[in-house]
Amino acid sequence: MCLAIPGELLSISGDDPLTREGRVRFAGIVKSANLAFTPEANAGDFVLVHAGFAISVIDEVEAARTLALLDELT
Amino acid sequence: MKHVDEYRDGAAARRYADAIAQMVTRPWSIMEICGGQTHAIVQHGIDRMLPEEITLLHGPGCPVCVTPAEAIDAAVEIALRPAVILCSFGDMLRVPGSQRSLLWAKSQGGDVRMVYSPLDAVAIARDNPEREVLFLAIGFETTTPTTAMAVLHAERAGLKNFSMLVSHVLVPPAMSALLDDPQCKPDGFLAAGHVCAITGAREYEAVTKRYRIPVVITGFEPLDLLQGLHMCIRQLEAGEAVLENQYSRSVREEGNRAAQSAVGSVFQVTSQDWRGIGTIPGSGLRFAARYAAFDARARFPDLAPTPAPPSPCISGEILRGARKPPDCPAFGGTCTPEHPLGATMVSSEGACAAYYRYRKPAGVPKIEEARHEEVPR
Amino acid sequence: MNDKPFFTPQCPSPERDEGLITLAHGGGGLLTRRLIDDVFRPAFAHNAEDLTHDGAVLEVGDTRLAFTTDSYVVKPLFFPGGDIGSMAVYGTVNDLAMCGAKPLYLSAGMVIEEGFALADLRRVVASMSRAAQVAGVRLVTGDTKVVERGKGDGIYITTSGVGQVRAPRPVAPAQIREGDAIILSGDIARHGMAVMAAREDFGFENDIASDCAPLAEPVLAMLDGEIDLHCLRDLTRGGLGTALVEIAVDGGCDLQVARSAIPVSDTVRGACEILGIDPIFVANEGRYIAIVPGGQAGSALAIMQRFEKHAAVIGEVGRPQQTGQASLTTMGGDYVLDLPTGEQLPRIC
Repeated sequence: MCLAIPGELLSISGDDPLTREGRVRFAGIVKSANLAFTPEANAGDFVLVHAGFAISVIDEVEAARTLALLDELT
Repeated sequence: MKHVDEYRDGAAARRYADAIAQMVTRPWSIMEICGGQTHAIVQHGIDRMLPEEITLLHGPGCPVCVTPAEAIDAAVEIALRPAVILCSFGDMLRVPGSQRSLLWAKSQGGDVRMVYSPLDAVAIARDNPEREVLFLAIGFETTTPTTAMAVLHAERAGLKNFSMLVSHVLVPPAMSALLDDPQCKPDGFLAAGHVCAITGAREYEAVTKRYRIPVVITGFEPLDLLQGLHMCIRQLEAGEAVLENQYSRSVREEGNRAAQSAVGSVFQVTSQDWRGIGTIPGSGLRFAARYAAFDARARFPDLAPTPAPPSPCISGEILRGARKPPDCPAFGGTCTPEHPLGATMVSSEGACAAYYRYRKPAGVPKIEEARHEEVPR
Repeated sequence: MNDKPFFTPQCPSPERDEGLITLAHGGGGLLTRRLIDDVFRPAFAHNAEDLTHDGAVLEVGDTRLAFTTDSYVVKPLFFPGGDIGSMAVYGTVNDLAMCGAKPLYLSAGMVIEEGFALADLRRVVASMSRAAQVAGVRLVTGDTKVVERGKGDGIYITTSGVGQVRAPRPVAPAQIREGDAIILSGDIARHGMAVMAAREDFGFENDIASDCAPLAEPVLAMLDGEIDLHCLRDLTRGGLGTALVEIAVDGGCDLQVARSAIPVSDTVRGACEILGIDPIFVANEGRYIAIVPGGQAGSALAIMQRFEKHAAVIGEVGRPQQTGQASLTTMGGDYVLDLPTGEQLPRIC
């Protein structure tokens, strides 16, 4: 349910929306993930992977904003 | 690891903890319903960083632990039949049903295989056309699209030997059931970030409006959790009750449409039994008519019904905060982490297992006021 | 800071005890320990210290000998970085080294399943021969049995070993003292993850290689360097976490370790994150911890780093306690470690 890990999408293969796959790097491991739920993902993006599927493309702008919120603390 | 390490910065986490301590004027209890968040809170000692006024409640968020005994019993029975391969996620293998676990079935000669993804089970079906291959499909909304997609892949490949034993659970109805219980106490909720990455925010907005309770969609790393808690407590102190999204880098308002669509075509919402809690309407999934052929319960209609053993287990009341573990007659006697009777003891994230460990003599050191410096790398 | 009860997230727990041995009994964690305490110790132990450590130190005339035995069961038999043969040799060599002894001679008992390929047997034996050479030991005696097809997982190997104790004082948990440094010999969790990845099909593109290796040289180098080795422990079944808990209990002192100081390779890290596995409870076959007086930490570390560059000081020994506990320092305080109940399985939640 909850275990989903961000990885770097290295390359994409296949055109069929159901079976389109990407090679994803998690630290020192590279493994493929199904991209059916992230048709907008491009090589170089970071994707959140759960049970062999990319479920979200990480929004870099939002990520930066989230970390920057720390500076707003008094 | 990028997008992980930045959120495990201890110094930054402590700044949030300090900010919370400064902000708080009275007691608040905040519940999360997510095994992954519970795990992170305990591993990093997040609850120990918070001021006394804040109580973290751990709801029924471990999908493995709330899977009803009946589903496991069915899987175990099927696994022991000849020419069957039973595939399951790893953490499901050890959980006992009413008597036995899948690991036990394996020890008895059942072909039980651990898989990382439901697609691996489809591949096993493709590679073993003469065997019936079943996948035990458990999990919350983060996982339901992946099992739906397994069915779509199997359909596309024309596989006749693949089916799934479905026992999925949905979060919002559980939240409502908890909040409808007058004895249930949370003042605020952290919503599970990965579930929301799939479902989007809409159902949680409905919860904030109906119950006038703040809900913050939160991630899983220490900084995410502390930021989410900070946002929730800020609302509580200000008397607000709206939905906020801490996990905006992964969760969009509308969620993941492609995933929702896959789930919507393969499954339908139905009632679901939650182990240790009972039946919650509209909190589970069953196959849509079009995909009934992939339903393991239809393929194996002659399963022996699970006898419901009379159990003193009061997990349900504990999960709602109505009773405490020491109130239970079985606690520490017939019910311990090594032989659990219900969800709250099965999962060592559950309240009963927690209380059980805390009872151990001598020795959980008192937490000093001074902060620990993290040992530098 | 507040006083919240601790609980160890391990979901879920194993089955009820029905008077039968389960796989979890062999996991090296809680149930293994119970088995030793409930079944073996009453039958064999003469005093409280017997059977607490991996090897026995025996006085024979003027000589102190270290004596140990271990059985090797692994699936698959061959994996990146090692095989059952090299494990069987290095494992016993290492148990001797952990007693502060120079390993000398090994015996090997093999239980082979009917139908096992001769080519595979030759491969295993060749590996054992190579490992013995690398470790500087001689395999001097052995035994072979064959069991019916279906009654054994290909091959089981038991090795016993004898070595000459070089450490001037006992090397055991009872010797640890407040203020001692805990030094880890290198990055962890390779072996367990290598075997799991080789056994299950996770679809990893790159292999994880086991760290299977002999450990006598660094130990002897530290003894030559006059390091006062209070305790040594190789981190096999149950990993670093289990070793820390056991030493805390047997040594009667608290141990405090910083998770951030524990080296983990990129490959192992990636695999553990994806599968939701905690590296501190994963088996190693070429890693150990050395517990030495605080004042010698620097010298001991320098010697250990000659053999494995990622060796690191990871913690220290705290106060003596009735029941010693091992804790990890986390951002929120001390996280008390518990013995795991079985092998960690990949999790979904």
